[in-house]
Amino acid sequence: MKRFTAWRRRPWAGYAVVLAALAAIGALYAGFSPRIDRAEAANASQAAADLANGRDLYNKNCASCHGLNGEGTKDAEGRSLAPSLIGVGAASVDFQVSTGRMPAANPGAQMPRKPPIPEFNTNIPTDQHDPEERAKAERQKAQAQKNLSDLANYIQSLGGGPEIPSAEMVDPDKGDVALGGKLFRTNCAQCHNFVGAGGALTGGKYAPPLDSDDVTPTQIYEAMLTGPQAMPVFNDTTLTPEQKRAIIAYVVKTREEPNPGGNGLGRIGPVSEGLTGWLVGLSMLVLAAMWLTAKKPKKLKKS
Amino acid sequence: MSDNNTGSNEPMESGDAAREQSPKRVIGTPEQSGRLLVADDPAPQGAGEELDEASAKRAERIVALFFLLAALASVGFIAAYVWSGQQGPDGMHGLADTRASNYALGTTMTVAMLSMAIGVTIWVRRLMTSKQIVQQREELPSDEKTRAEFEAEFVAGAADSGLTKRPLLRRTLLLAAAPLGLAPLVLLRDLGPLPEKRLRHTFWGEAVRKAKAQGRKGARIVIDDGTKNPRPLRASDFATPGSMITVLPEGISESEHHMNEAAKAVTILINVPPEKFKPVKGRENWHVNGIVAYSKICTHVGCPAALYEQTTHRILCPCHQSTFDATDGAKVVFGPAARPLPQLPLSVDDEGYLIATDDFPEPVGPSFWERG
Amino acid sequence: MSTPTPGAAPKAVAGPLNFLDDRLGSTTFFKRNMKKVFPDHWSFMLGEIALYSFVILLLSGTFLTLWFQPSMHEVVYEGSYTKLQGVPMSEAYASALHISFDVRGGLLMRQIHHWAAILFMVAIMAHMLRVFFTGAYRKPRELNWLIGLGLFTLGMVEGMFGYSLPDDLLSGTGLRITQGVAEAVPLVGTYIYMFLFGGEFPHGDRGELIPRLYTMHVLLIPGIILALITAHMMIMWHQKHTQMPGPGRTNDNVVGYPFYPVFMAKTGAYFLFTFGVIALLATFAQINPIWNYGPYDPGAISSASQPDFYMGLLEGSLRLMPGWETTAFGHTISWNVLIPGVVPIGLIFTGAALWPFIERWITGDHRHHHLVERPRNAPIRTGVGMAGVTFYGLLWLAGANDVIAERFHVSLFATTWFFRVAIFVGPVLAFIITKRICLGLQRKDAATMHHGVESGIIVMSPEGGFSEKHEPPTEEERAVILSKENKTISLPPAEKDGIPAPGAKGPLGHLRARLHRSWALDDIPVEDHGDHHEVEGAKSEGVEGSGHKELTR
Repeated sequence: MKRFTAWRRRPWAGYAVVLAALAAIGALYAGFSPRIDRAEAANASQAAADLANGRDLYNKNCASCHGLNGEGTKDAEGRSLAPSLIGVGAASVDFQVSTGRMPAANPGAQMPRKPPIPEFNTNIPTDQHDPEERAKAERQKAQAQKNLSDLANYIQSLGGGPEIPSAEMVDPDKGDVALGGKLFRTNCAQCHNFVGAGGALTGGKYAPPLDSDDVTPTQIYEAMLTGPQAMPVFNDTTLTPEQKRAIIAYVVKTREEPNPGGNGLGRIGPVSEGLTGWLVGLSMLVLAAMWLTAKKPKKLKKS
Repeated sequence: MSDNNTGSNEPMESGDAAREQSPKRVIGTPEQSGRLLVADDPAPQGAGEELDEASAKRAERIVALFFLLAALASVGFIAAYVWSGQQGPDGMHGLADTRASNYALGTTMTVAMLSMAIGVTIWVRRLMTSKQIVQQREELPSDEKTRAEFEAEFVAGAADSGLTKRPLLRRTLLLAAAPLGLAPLVLLRDLGPLPEKRLRHTFWGEAVRKAKAQGRKGARIVIDDGTKNPRPLRASDFATPGSMITVLPEGISESEHHMNEAAKAVTILINVPPEKFKPVKGRENWHVNGIVAYSKICTHVGCPAALYEQTTHRILCPCHQSTFDATDGAKVVFGPAARPLPQLPLSVDDEGYLIATDDFPEPVGPSFWERG
Repeated sequence: MSTPTPGAAPKAVAGPLNFLDDRLGSTTFFKRNMKKVFPDHWSFMLGEIALYSFVILLLSGTFLTLWFQPSMHEVVYEGSYTKLQGVPMSEAYASALHISFDVRGGLLMRQIHHWAAILFMVAIMAHMLRVFFTGAYRKPRELNWLIGLGLFTLGMVEGMFGYSLPDDLLSGTGLRITQGVAEAVPLVGTYIYMFLFGGEFPHGDRGELIPRLYTMHVLLIPGIILALITAHMMIMWHQKHTQMPGPGRTNDNVVGYPFYPVFMAKTGAYFLFTFGVIALLATFAQINPIWNYGPYDPGAISSASQPDFYMGLLEGSLRLMPGWETTAFGHTISWNVLIPGVVPIGLIFTGAALWPFIERWITGDHRHHHLVERPRNAPIRTGVGMAGVTFYGLLWLAGANDVIAERFHVSLFATTWFFRVAIFVGPVLAFIITKRICLGLQRKDAATMHHGVESGIIVMSPEGGFSEKHEPPTEEERAVILSKENKTISLPPAEKDGIPAPGAKGPLGHLRARLHRSWALDDIPVEDHGDHHEVEGAKSEGVEGSGHKELTR
């Protein structure tokens, strides 16, 4: 103990105390802070590389329309050619790029869903027979997935915005289908139709169909959250994540549900039903009538 | 069998015989000379025709095959019905069972019907020996003598009844009958209530009154989610430009006729970017930073005007395409609607929740005569 | 054997027949009508589709009434359709779900019922068009024409009430539109609304609407339809059916097969065909999937909301009308709702109802017609009919304009504008084009009579020229072509001995005279040229008309 207290009179004593205190605080902090920070801290260099990848992808595929810093571009009359991406968030990017809407190929009333460009196409088949081919496809798919998230994170870094939902948030099996049906019919069916078969908007725009498998639950969530193009925005405080999941459950369960009464005829209601009645029903009966009233076959008479 | 008839009539000669008469007659022109009177309608004799027995036997076998198929299908129908009931613990339940059952029952029924139909058709065409026959049409109108006699009898009977000779009788008869004829209409008065002022108020008015009686500034706006306790909305919850949601007044689910009330009170809440928003004169404080509320009931014929295009700020009704401009008091820009959607005055209460401070200023929904 | 063997019927048949005859004298009736002749043409069977569809509607409808609950009382669904469990809905909707998913054969019966209704209306329209374009509505059949129009109207109403019974989102929207249209009626609109619904939309004060629609749908209207169908059939039976022109067919006879056994069998087969086709549709084509629409909710709506096709006329009219409204002295007249609700359907139905009488007034033709006229031989009638069909059809398509816009990626407003113009231009164009086609066909008929039918045999003349050998038309073709009436009935003279006919000199009289003139003005005379071209075959090989000597067969 005497030795210890003797060290207090050394010139370096003050510095040692400060250093010790700093180390103690650092250790405490590290102990109490969430894991992810520590993982981030550990992967700081990886994160920087991802961001750079995102920026490169952006510059290559998007900057020509959306501007070098995501500020958007205008035409000569000041009308917006491509909107600013500041604040649109990762969810927006993930939606637009994974559905292939972006990069846009042609100007038009609305950007249609199309296969994403190869850098971002996660829909490539990975069931090849040849193990080498399969491995290559899986690598390409993984790279595409990484590119998508890198790009999304890059845009997120520009100005924040809605984040990509987790898998649990969009799991159809966890959603309340009945609630989802009510919400869908009240806020979505007027554009997308009862079962999500799509519908017309003004000026050549349309609400795209939701009833095929390539419309993923994540994309549905992201669309509601970010309101792409003409679609209104349903942020998480307007329609809560539970409500969104309910809607997703409704859409997915409905499109998976078979038609018990026969062919669904497009599930758009009386228009296709009336057409079928005239084209199929009447023509079959007219043919039957023609057969019934045709001249009797000549071969009957005893020759 | 040829298509010429072999009945009692010979086909008319179209050549020489016709040309000799004038005016020139063509097949189908009725004769100019006197009317044909047929006492009663004789049943024309139709001679059977001869059939080649070999092909007739073949035809019979084909018909028999179809009838057998029909019989099998009918039995199959009954079997399908019984089988459908085996699906669940107590009968058929649910969509998958329904689908299977529908196909089974429907296919057997279709096959049964169509097989029988085809069988009978082949039977008629190949096995029935009746030939085409000709039957004369009888003259439809009665002859002059009968008409005259009838008229005379009718007049005589009227004279006998005293109606023609006694005007007092005639007129008071009509007087007696008329109210009796109107009585059934009168009986329908209680079909429904008189409209009175019902069309001029919505549940918003009631909710606002109740809120003000409790000392609050107005009635809270809640999300239409079909639950018993729908969630109210803060202005900050709804702050993203381009947002849209369907809302109702608080407390509406407890009202006695909640669906009737909802049918008038349902409202569409929209967040219009403030720089685009042009408030209607006198309504500058009816919005909250570009958050506006309009009646969702289309002013054309009442469908929910529910489509909202974020980019063009248009509200589109899917029924008949009436289009309203959300930035400009929901005035009509296209389509058959004649009036803009009524606007609900909005504000925020002390806790930041969106509230309505009054009912709609005009009747919602389609126009009516007394609307003014 | 050329005569039927006279024989006694088996005891099982003779016994009951004699029983009836002793009490009713029925044998005379049976004997007279057993051999009643029914002319044979496939287009005459279109009305039968409607008749048999109605029978199927009655049968399937009765099945449905055994389970359907016509009540708007709110219940929470606990049935077997999982996606709607826990959802509040009316009992009517819940019972319709019950029929679909828990009653064996329930969905099949629902679909048979709805497809039969569709086919009923399709057949009525097809039958009506056949009757119109062949002039079969002319005297003495004007009454049946009017009865048919009544059946058409009742069918539309019956169908609409029927599909509104399950109280689903789509049909409830239709009822909402009905409410809006009712409200727009001047003076009494709001009263009609309140009285129809028993209060405010949709439940009224006590949920009266669905029960009221139910009674009208299962009792009142089917009763009236049944009565009208019976009258329609009885009149047709008494007057005998019309027939197509042909050899041996005159205005005074009927040529065809006897009722017993041939026609009975054919019509029986057709009933089975109708049932079979309806069952086919009900098995393989889903119709009115109410579980996808969800229960009615006045705040909800779907894109592509249309009524059943036979109401499409009204739907299209409502979509095309511009938003005109007049407000004066505290009252509003909604032209934007009244005009589409009343004018197009009024035009078509009133026009159709008055047409037989208008035609008679124009042509002055008061004769009985039992032979139908080929459409080409009455170009004005056919043209007017096609104009009507075009008008109806364009409004019908306009009712589906959002589906058209979405499927074909065209601007929605552009479709509205297109139809707004087309409903005026289209009928006029249709009239002109149809009339020209009719006249062209008449010309072809005249040429056939004049030159014969092209035989497909090419002959070469000695000089080396090629020509096609023509053959005389067959007996049947001649009879059909020559059924055209070249001489038109003339109107009573405008003046006789200096005394003007009543009304003939007024504006209406002049109009009548002008219309009468133009009715057959452009007609091409079709005449029998048989005797003018008696040429020997050998000398005139290669010359048109060489085969004419065969005409007098």
